[in-house]
Formats: sequence, structure tokens, C-alpha cells
Amino acid sequence: MSVGQGQRTTAEQEERNAMHLLPVRRADVPFLLALALIASVYIILIIGILAAKVFYVELPLVGEVFTNPGYRYAVILSLLSCSVTTVLSVWIAVPTAYLMTRVSFFGKRLVDAILDIPIVLPPLVIGLGLLMLFQTPPGVWIQQHVRFTYAIPGLILAQFMVACAFATRTMMATFTEINPRQEQVAVTLGCSRSQAFWMVVLPEARRGMIPAATIAWARAMGEFGPVLVFAGTTRMRTEVMPTTIFLELQVGNLGMATAVAVVMLVTSLAVLVLMRIAGRGMRMM
Amino acid sequence: MIDFKDITIQLGAFSLEKVTLHIPTGAYAVLMGRTGCGKTTLLEAACGLRPLKAGRIQLMGRDVTALPPGQRGIGLVPQDGALFTTMSVEDHLGFALRVRNHPRKVIRARVEELADWLGITHLLKRRPQGLSGGERQRVAIGRAMAAHPDILCLDEPFSALDEETHADMLELLRRVHRETGVTVMHITHNRREARALANPLIVLRDGQVVEHDLDSIGTTPNPTNDDSVEDNDDVNGF
Repeated sequence: MSVGQGQRTTAEQEERNAMHLLPVRRADVPFLLALALIASVYIILIIGILAAKVFYVELPLVGEVFTNPGYRYAVILSLLSCSVTTVLSVWIAVPTAYLMTRVSFFGKRLVDAILDIPIVLPPLVIGLGLLMLFQTPPGVWIQQHVRFTYAIPGLILAQFMVACAFATRTMMATFTEINPRQEQVAVTLGCSRSQAFWMVVLPEARRGMIPAATIAWARAMGEFGPVLVFAGTTRMRTEVMPTTIFLELQVGNLGMATAVAVVMLVTSLAVLVLMRIAGRGMRMM
Repeated sequence: MIDFKDITIQLGAFSLEKVTLHIPTGAYAVLMGRTGCGKTTLLEAACGLRPLKAGRIQLMGRDVTALPPGQRGIGLVPQDGALFTTMSVEDHLGFALRVRNHPRKVIRARVEELADWLGITHLLKRRPQGLSGGERQRVAIGRAMAAHPDILCLDEPFSALDEETHADMLELLRRVHRETGVTVMHITHNRREARALANPLIVLRDGQVVEHDLDSIGTTPNPTNDDSVEDNDDVNGF
């Protein structure tokens, strides 16, 4: 998947680059083989962990993930909360990234650094921070209306805190790629700034929304630390798949943990493939 | 008519101080000068894309210094065309009228008229991806001319075109100018382009405007005392 923090290669770029590749000559083979050897260590490890899971998983236990109400609840809550988090993340990431890439303002570098905090901060610390935040008077006031700590909104907020930072970075890379002259031309043609945004820039940015959503979804799916601290691990309430794995491991139930992990793996891969297909469709639109 | 009166523009470390420039109505002004001398900045100032620190800009006798770009009656064709990749050629040609909320029928008629005029009727349903360089610039010119601007600003529009297409495009621009009477401000590094189109030729040197006699590019090896002006100047030996 060609998504990553702050970096994104588009299919067009890949195609363009492919046209300018050097041919492989016999004399280059030892050098390229050495590189391939180094790369293969990592790739074999990735395939290894996937294969190990599939090899060790007991199929009846995978079935139990869907028949047992407790596990099923975690699966459904994971899918729903990740979807909500993804929509929220992209929704916040688009305006944030536009401001950060298309407007110069005082303190921009500081804001840029702040946007990196959720990426570099240990996840547990983010969870703890959220817990503290909701102990403050404004936090307490909010909790009187919507309960966040140890509740589903808290679970989504915990996932969102990290997922949104990654979505924002991806959208920033997208806006940076879009030729600013298009917006200039649009305003000379009579657009206001907001019209230029809605009519020209946002449609151009659509191609970055799928990668942004994908990375947000993947981060949200794997989020464990902040969820554990802020939303808790109450079965049938705030339990998501990563917490199930943790709880099952705690009680030494490696079989069940593996079964849930395989379900997580398959759903994640399915979502990634779907997003990729959606991304292709969008590029062709 | 384009009138810059003592305009000062500050862009980080770069600045243009007290530039005064006059381009009469209906003229085809070609602006040349060293890379980084501020040609594009001047053009952007005319379009309202750069704030002025001091000075005034009048277009067609109207003071536009405080007007937003869309109300200045200007069409802009940037270097790479800057086409909207999510829109069809048809959408490009109708864009300016759509923004102005013209009725659909009026827009369709204008799109057809422009496409016919620029020879791009067969491309109307296409997206910019896959268009040739010449086709892209035709679309960019059509998009800029759609709302009948008084002034057309071109920023090195043909720098990436091959020889043959380049000649076609020069001919097209001559025709656009002749048939619409639009006042043009055209930035280029290419002396052949300047020679074919300029009236007047304006050279920006050391932050100041020097009007040049067209013949001087024919006789002087380097009219702007500047290496970069020779970019793309590979033919005819002037």
C-alpha cells in the first residue's frame, strides 16, 4: 500500500519512474543481489508472522470468535469504532492539512510540531493525557453530557487522537502535491477562496483521501495503549479486538488470542484491498 | 491598458521597488528578463495574486489595487497550463461562466464557440491527462478567455513545447490577439517568441523596466545582458 506518514507515491509517479529505470546489467547483479538480500530479511519476517498465525490458528476457535457474543461484540465494535474514527479523522485532516500547506501564518512551525506530537508520543501517555484532560473542569462538564471515560465515545476519541495525526500528514502530502497555480487560476476566473477550495482543490485532493482513510483505519484498528487506559477493557462494553488479544494472553489462552488476531488480520487486509480498489476507481473518475 | 505606478512588492528576501510600467490598450507586451528578476511577480501583481507594499495598479483605466483577482477582468495562462485534473476540457472552458452563475445554455454555447475557435472540439469530453502539450495550452487559453477578459496574462506558456507545436501556438496567440483585441502581457525567455509577438518588448533589469526596441534583439547578441534570456533560444541565430 503506497501510504505512509508524510509520504505518498501516486500511481502516475510510479509509472513515470518506471519509464526511466536503468536496465539491469550483468555487472550490476552482485550489487543488486546484496540489496535484495538485505530487503528480503524484512520481507521474510513479515510473511513469517502472517504464516505463523495462519499455521497455528485453530479453525474452531475462529468460528467461536463469531458465535460467542463477547468476542463477536469486540469484532463489531472494532469495525464500527474504526469506521467512525476514520470518517472523523479525514474530516478534521482535510481542513487542517489545507491550512498547513496553503496558508502562511504566525506560529505555523509550532503548529506543525504540535501535529506531530500524537505520532511521537508513546500511546500509553496519550491515554493517560486523555484521562487527565477529562478530570479538568471543562472535561468534567463535557462528561456530564456525554460520557467519555470507559465508554464508547472515549474509545473512539482514543483511536482518533493517533489516527487523525497520520491522516493529517497524508493529506498534507496530498495538498503539497497539488499545483498551487490551479487555485490561482481559479481565483482569477472569478472564484472566491472558498469556491476555489470546493470546486478545484478539494476534488484534486480526493485522491489523497483514500490513503489518508486507509492509514487512519489501520492505526485505529491497532490502537491499544490509549484505549486500554482511557476506555478500559470491559467485556461487552469497550472491548475491541486488540484488547481481546491482550485479555486472552493474560489468562494464557494463546489459541483464542491467535484466532482473534487472524480475524483482525483478515478484516484489515480486506479493508486495505477495498480501499485500494476504491482508490483506483477514484483516480479514473 | 495596464498601468503600474511605483509599485513595491516585498516577498521574503526578494523585493521589487517602485516599478512603473505602462502597456497601452490592445498592445501585445512581451516581458523578458533574468530568471528571478521578478517578471512573474509583476504579472501576479496585475492578477491580484501578490499584495502590494506600495503603489497602484490600473487596468483599463480602473484602479484595481484593492480588487480581488476575479473582478479584475484578467485571464491567466500559467507556465504548465495548471489545468484542473478532475475536470473535462468542456468543464474548463465553461468554468469562468459557471462561477458567474450564467445559465447552462449560455455556458454551452460559449464552450462550443471557444472549442471551435481553438480547434479542440474533439477533445471536449477528455481529461487533461493524456492531452499533448499544445492541446493543454489551447485548453488553458480557452479557459482564460471564456469570460471575455480585457487582459490576458501568459507566464512562459510554451516553454515545454516542441518546435512545430510552438510555431502553431504562436500563430494561435496572434489570432487570439487580433480577433479579440485583448491586451496581452506575455512573459518569455524565448527571443524568437518575443520577436514574433512583441509590441512592445519590455525588459526588466535590476528591478527596473526598460522598454526595448524590437530590432535590438535582432542585432544585439544579448539585449538584456543576461544569460538566461538565451534559454530556449536555439534557432535563427539572433
